[in-house]
Amino acid sequence: MTHDDRGLKGLNNPDYPIPEELQSTIAVTSLDRIYNWTRAKSMWPLLFGLACCAIEMIATAASRYDLSRFGMEVMRASPRQADLLIVSGTVTKKMIVPIVRIYNQMPEPKYVLAMGACASGGGPFKEGYNVVSGIDTFIPVDVYVPGCPPTPQALMHGFLTLQKKIESQSLRTVPWYRSGESEAIPVPILGPDIIDPRQADLIRRHAEQAAASRDTTTPAPTEA
Amino acid sequence: MAEKPVAEQAGVAAPDPVAEILAALSEQYPDAVQADTRKGYSGIVVRPEKLVEVATALRDQLGYDYLSSATAVDYLGKGDHLEMVYHVYRIRQGGPALVFKALTPRVSATLPSLISVWPGADLQEREAYDLMGIRFEGHPNLKRILLWEGFNGHPLRKDWKEAYYEQDQKPFDSRWPGGKVHRAEENNPYGRNVSYPDDFTLEGYTPPDENSIYAGLGMGVSMQELASPGLETERLIVNLGPHHPSTHGVFRMIVTLNGETIESLEPVMGYLHRNHEKIGERNTFIQNMPFTDRLDYISSMSNNFGYAMAVEKLLALGARYQPPPYRAEVIRVLMAEFTRVVNHLWAIGFLLNDLGAFFTPALYAIGERELILDFFEATAGSRLMCNYMRFGGVFKDLPERIQGIPLLTNDRVRNEPTMDFLDSLINERLPRAVDELDRYLTKSEIMITRCEGVGVLPPEMAIAYSTAGPVLRASGVPYDIRRSDPYSIYPELDFDVAVRYNGDIYDRYLIRLDEIRQSIRILKQLLPRLRETEGQPIISGTKAYSPRVPEGEAYGRVENPKGELGFYVISDGGQNAWRYHVRAPSYINLTALSEMCKGHKIADVVAVLGSIDIVLGETDR
Amino acid sequence: MYGLGVLKGMGVTLKHFMDTYIEDIQFLGKGKKTDAAFQIRQGSRARSLGLFTVEYPEEKIAVPERFRFIPFLVTNNLDDEENPGKDWCTSCGICPKVCPPQCIWIVRGTDPETGRPKPEPEEFHIDIDLCMNCGLCAEFCPFDAIKMDHDYELASYDRSGHHIFDKQRLSKEFRYWRSIAPTISAEEAEARGGWEHKDTLKEKAKAARAAKPTQESAES
Ligand code: SF4
Ligand code: SF4
Ligand code: SF4
Repeated sequence: MTHDDRGLKGLNNPDYPIPEELQSTIAVTSLDRIYNWTRAKSMWPLLFGLACCAIEMIATAASRYDLSRFGMEVMRASPRQADLLIVSGTVTKKMIVPIVRIYNQMPEPKYVLAMGACASGGGPFKEGYNVVSGIDTFIPVDVYVPGCPPTPQALMHGFLTLQKKIESQSLRTVPWYRSGESEAIPVPILGPDIIDPRQADLIRRHAEQAAASRDTTTPAPTEA
Repeated sequence: MAEKPVAEQAGVAAPDPVAEILAALSEQYPDAVQADTRKGYSGIVVRPEKLVEVATALRDQLGYDYLSSATAVDYLGKGDHLEMVYHVYRIRQGGPALVFKALTPRVSATLPSLISVWPGADLQEREAYDLMGIRFEGHPNLKRILLWEGFNGHPLRKDWKEAYYEQDQKPFDSRWPGGKVHRAEENNPYGRNVSYPDDFTLEGYTPPDENSIYAGLGMGVSMQELASPGLETERLIVNLGPHHPSTHGVFRMIVTLNGETIESLEPVMGYLHRNHEKIGERNTFIQNMPFTDRLDYISSMSNNFGYAMAVEKLLALGARYQPPPYRAEVIRVLMAEFTRVVNHLWAIGFLLNDLGAFFTPALYAIGERELILDFFEATAGSRLMCNYMRFGGVFKDLPERIQGIPLLTNDRVRNEPTMDFLDSLINERLPRAVDELDRYLTKSEIMITRCEGVGVLPPEMAIAYSTAGPVLRASGVPYDIRRSDPYSIYPELDFDVAVRYNGDIYDRYLIRLDEIRQSIRILKQLLPRLRETEGQPIISGTKAYSPRVPEGEAYGRVENPKGELGFYVISDGGQNAWRYHVRAPSYINLTALSEMCKGHKIADVVAVLGSIDIVLGETDR
Repeated sequence: MYGLGVLKGMGVTLKHFMDTYIEDIQFLGKGKKTDAAFQIRQGSRARSLGLFTVEYPEEKIAVPERFRFIPFLVTNNLDDEENPGKDWCTSCGICPKVCPPQCIWIVRGTDPETGRPKPEPEEFHIDIDLCMNCGLCAEFCPFDAIKMDHDYELASYDRSGHHIFDKQRLSKEFRYWRSIAPTISAEEAEARGGWEHKDTLKEKAKAARAAKPTQESAES
């Protein structure tokens, strides 16, 4: 992305030629483009840090890297005012419950950026008993930024990648203008282990199997 | 600063006190105490029935008034018992730890709670209950703390296996030579990191409701008694967190309010419980090093330092151990003090965030931090996760230049000799930054009004609750491990232990400024040492990825920016630690949170929390 | 006077505010984005406190040599005379053993004729969703065959397909390693005794030794 893309020129639709001398004052564009342009250039991230990666996220928002150059400095503390969830760190089973709630509370259109190895796929702590192997097992993710932690510059590359994604969307196909309500993601339950309601069938089946195998393996009478 | 408080220097390390203490104790309790004679172990084993009495004697008669760490060890297959290990200190005299232990069988494990002797045992005993399943009789609030009520089993027990369990010890056999790549999900029947007990059925399960968390929060008291006459107040329970803009991460506090005044506060944590210790017991010794980075992720260098010291203590039990060379120690201290500066700048900045001055002070505070991180990046390879210390030294010597290598489009290069960089950083920029912060905040009336007299922690309480670091020293207790149980090259360095006497938020803010100044003072003394030792070795012996660690136990502790960071490591002579426990200052300092907040307004809670300065990676581990 | 402290504090804010403009004036006409200006703005001798913004992506801070991101595998240069593109890795198995989160998978190569293990990896995978960028693999590899990369711009839309790096994705020419880490690679080469792979050097030395006596005998 060059600097020009951010100004009016970036908005121009190449299908409608504009005289050179007017290019900085006039833009002819499609509704899709202006819609995407406005959204991509003013994301409001949720003020939400999870673990080590959050420190780099804060560093990105601080003066040296300065998120406001992307129109993202308006970090909202309330999910209802935010449209970008940066999952910055290890997602634990105890924390996934609030995260899913937060996600459900965010108004559409909403985007999720998985920052770091942990949020993307479990990270170094994946083998642990309280760690969810990637936020995308529960909520959909738009952009993954690998690294442990991704440096501020890597995170910004993630933002640019996200902007590109937004710019390729079309009003006609985006899910949030379809008729009907969008479905909320069922909130997991803290049981003996985390229970995802969407996996209820699977859990039930395994429980039956386990019960069956328990019956067959009842200890045989010991021989005297 | 004229009013700069200087602590009287605590005494120098005494010889190993165990024999002496044991003699004193066995006079009183002839058959309750005995020396721990296992190879590589030290300390006293106490019979559980007499534990409270012995502990009281230790505290009252022998002066061990500070319980630093209490943790449990599972000796499955090595005697089949659980063991609770306590480390206690004399806070006024200084000196090394006294270790005492109590044994209990693995089935229906029970021990008396030491909360009545050292209230600081509170959270640590809850942790031992949660993760090891030891019941503490007499503990008023023995609930799970890092996991949730209803969790299946006690995960730190050696026979407890997690969902993605692969093998007891790393390295895993499946990685080489026939390493067919797979994700752990593929081995799990649910495709997720979950496993359920054998007899679990969805239908038979009712999730516990939130009310169980709120139980015992003092809701039973009648409102009429408490309400001030003529003023109708209502008691209210407010949840702060786990998603809250000012809780420094995913920390939750349940506060009971009377009007706006706090009646009680219950911290709920574990939202970032990453099973550090369970993973640490599977890792080889060197593999733990990068994991320690992720404990207190703002001060990874000092975490490395503490862990390296603990393992070096174990290595020293062997015959062929060589201590780290001098230059390595200089570099280690350099890194540790830089980390302190980074951490305190961060803490001050975010304390102001918590006070409502959103982000501008934080921006100013952490501006200079970036330069230090640049130095870390050039030396260790990463801004945050340094993974820099090795057993017997450090990873690599300082680079000659702080220099970028262009690779990507638009990369801009910076290139300075390292020593010049350090020179201007230590002698100019950091002092300037601290002075500016001082000018900016210290005299600000808003700051003073919000902070003075709020969240007061009297010295006796600070000791009793096992708080450490700036929190303890702001309460007038000049306890600093760098002086009272010295390690590395601190004895030859000239610095004062900062101490403040009011124990409120304001003093906890001031003491961080003091400590930054002291750290800069140390850093200045390190510069000539760095120049003198140029070219000397930075690691003793050869670097091995699987060092032979002799059997035994060791407790390495450093004065981390947040307080005493201790690593309790037990080796059984193998490749991996048998037990690996982290005494996390952020976690234990929270024991006092509730007391500090009582009687204040709800808006102060966040500020009090900010002044304790916790990092959740370390709190929850 | 009450309020003086606040005013003083605001003075600091004002100073910071002015500093940004003073900085602009400082580079007026000279250009702010040249390497020389960058050195001053981001170096330790900047005039004012605080660091000024790096305008990613128009300018990026080049990372230092020791910077660690996801590892990569070193291979011979593709225009190497003898063995173009040959892996440096000998499948010795040290890095998968030392890797803390155990994110390296190696299938050791076997000689199709004898069935005996061959010193090269048949498959080499790294799951970058596990890798903690610790650099231990690079540190302990006895053949300098695995190194930490500097390219951090890896954001993607999908992880299932992209986040397990295979040997092809991991392999980079030795030339690349030399370019991103000139001093370290030079030090390593010195320790090995040449720019080539350790084994190549050994073979060469052996050949030289073997050649020498025959030469001498021929001469005599
Ligand atoms: S990816 Fe690494 S740095 Fe980020 S949260 Fe996970 S462990 Fe921490
Ligand atoms: S340590 Fe080096 S040579 Fe050995 S398997 Fe790993 S990359 Fe290959
Ligand atoms: S950098 Fe560390 S975690 Fe990543 S592959 Fe190498 S050893 Fe493993």
